Amino acid sequence: MQGGKQIRTIKDLPREERFAPGHAMCAGCGAAIAIRWLNKYIGDNAIVANATGCVEVTTTTYPYTAWRNPWIHVAFENAAAVASGLRKGIDVLTKKGVWKNGDTRIVVVGGDGGTVDIGLQSLSGMLERGDKVMYFLYDNEAYMNTGIQRSGATPMYAWTTTTPVGQVLHGKPQMKKDIFDIVLAHGIKYAATATVSDVIDMSNKIRKAMDYSEDGPTFIHVLAPCPPGWKYDESKTVEVAKKAVETAYWINLEYDHGVWSVTTKVPVRKPVSEFLRMQGRFSHLTQVEVEEIQKWVDARVASVNKLVGMEVIGPVKGR
Amino acid sequence: MIEKAVGKSTGPTRVALTGNYAAAYAAKMADIDLVAIYPITPQTTIAEKLSEFVADGELAAELIHVESEHSALSATIGGAAVGARAFTATSSQGLELMHEILHIAAGLRLPIVMAVPSRALSAPISIHNDNSDIMNARETGWIMLNASDAQEVFDMVIQAFKIAEDPRVLLPVMVTYDGFVVSHTVEGVELPDAEAVRSFIPKGKWHALDPSRPSSMGPIAGPDWYYEIKFGQYHAMRDSIKVIAEVMDGFGKKFGRNYSPVVGYMMGDADFAVVTYGVTWGFVKTAVDRARSMGIKAGAIKLNVIRPFPSDAVISYLRGLKSFAVVDRAIYYGAPSPGPVYTDVASALFMSGHAVPALNVIHGIGQRTMYINDFVEVFKELTKLDESKVIFMGVRE
Repeated sequence: MQGGKQIRTIKDLPREERFAPGHAMCAGCGAAIAIRWLNKYIGDNAIVANATGCVEVTTTTYPYTAWRNPWIHVAFENAAAVASGLRKGIDVLTKKGVWKNGDTRIVVVGGDGGTVDIGLQSLSGMLERGDKVMYFLYDNEAYMNTGIQRSGATPMYAWTTTTPVGQVLHGKPQMKKDIFDIVLAHGIKYAATATVSDVIDMSNKIRKAMDYSEDGPTFIHVLAPCPPGWKYDESKTVEVAKKAVETAYWINLEYDHGVWSVTTKVPVRKPVSEFLRMQGRFSHLTQVEVEEIQKWVDARVASVNKLVGMEVIGPVKGR
Repeated sequence: MIEKAVGKSTGPTRVALTGNYAAAYAAKMADIDLVAIYPITPQTTIAEKLSEFVADGELAAELIHVESEHSALSATIGGAAVGARAFTATSSQGLELMHEILHIAAGLRLPIVMAVPSRALSAPISIHNDNSDIMNARETGWIMLNASDAQEVFDMVIQAFKIAEDPRVLLPVMVTYDGFVVSHTVEGVELPDAEAVRSFIPKGKWHALDPSRPSSMGPIAGPDWYYEIKFGQYHAMRDSIKVIAEVMDGFGKKFGRNYSPVVGYMMGDADFAVVTYGVTWGFVKTAVDRARSMGIKAGAIKLNVIRPFPSDAVISYLRGLKSFAVVDRAIYYGAPSPGPVYTDVASALFMSGHAVPALNVIHGIGQRTMYINDFVEVFKELTKLDESKVIFMGVRE
């Protein structure tokens, strides 16, 4: 059974581990935490379509697999289209009395490259058709599987191997692509952001997204810190994610049938520099560049507060 | 009337259909479960006809309106991965956009069937017919049948499901035919009795994703496993020629129209032959008659199967000849010979130790008109041929 009851404390979290040990994900991998919790809520009657990426290559090294659910990988840019085929295949076989597994749900797992860049077209097609699929984006903000190359989801000024810090260029010159707004523009009914520092919040959102996938596409966007890509010690993943929320670099948002909410309120923000200075990918930043990122955060906070209709995220302390 | 004929058990009915409609009717009579469609000339009328069937409730399939051919094949894979009988169709640039996924459908061993009315490739853009698109798909691991008229399109789509879903095969099958010349030409097509089709192609079973027996499909394989998996795929493809012959034979017995991987015309005492596929077959047969009337011992063969290449049958026809020609409607840029099928035939002969002078005729590129007399000229050329060479026909040099 998908979904389940509202989770209020850690005592409500399910103990059953459905993401098997022995996979090859890095120590401290943020995506590994996200996938572990995803697996606890999709239930045993769900099929996972995985886009090419870190999670895909590290969890299914033939002849082994970390997935207890049926799982399929086809290519990088088409997981959403594969999911539509799975969905419609099960729908028609159910109508014909051939599918005997009842209410099987479809889940897509894709990274930022497979979702905001190369997979955007197939994702858009799936959303526009309203196919009943839950899409789970783990966003580690670059092509980490191929060795830290810039993606549309890489933040401004971040170092990557294809946005190196040189005499002329200083990391990525562009802002992070706003995939959340792009997805919502398709008119879907439920979408949420989460991160690995608040497992209860993430769990509730996965749970709801699975429940609502009965009616149409749902979308979860999880910030998944990456120790080798972001250049921080592998013991600090949860702290980095937590700092992202405390500085409002990352906002835990929820859009539920027309109602916006911020699920992790931040009455007083910390300056974004506290998030940036934890990571080697930002170690080259000048004060001016830090200020520019701070302004980007401030603008997002203002727009989110406006959406929610109250000041759920407060001002930066000491400013 | 057509609807009545295919919906119920009414016995065979003769109707007027284009090649594309023949493909759509065959998919309908195969009772496909899922179809993903995206328009492209000259394939589009298949997508339209299947949409009508679904809209009218005549075909109980899920129809997915994808946003590209890449997604068309991806969604078809998703459907086949849960055990649905899945179908799609495309042409030209669409087949190129799918190219990555063609390999994956075959590697996943999913019995998908796809109709491909062929069309020239860009640039310059051309909506007209040649075989550049399908020839470029030969090494993707798909079985490729080739039809030369609307009846063959219908019959081969039916055969394709039986071949693809055979547990000894489990490979995707492409039914190729010439765009416009076949896809849009109305011909008389005999639609068999619906019940007879159903009993000929009962739905097969293959390894599918199933929550009651979870498995991972499409994992990553390292150097210690990848080769064995691909070696298995190689064997499945190589050995499928026996199943194809068996299915074609069974089809002939059941429906009265005989097929085999390679067919010959006037080959019994022939000294010279033209090897064809697709619509060229019709022209060449008439050219054989005309050449015979001039005293040339002419014959022709037609490939009904492009992949796996039917080497044994081709060699048995060609080995004793004085010379032969292969007509190719596609160009391999920079290859030892510009004709793709010529390359296949030459390699089959070389491997069997037979040496016969052979002419590679390139013709009909971008649907440049081919005339029957062009092939009479080819036969005349063959009588003088003492070493292999290439000629481009119908082009202004």
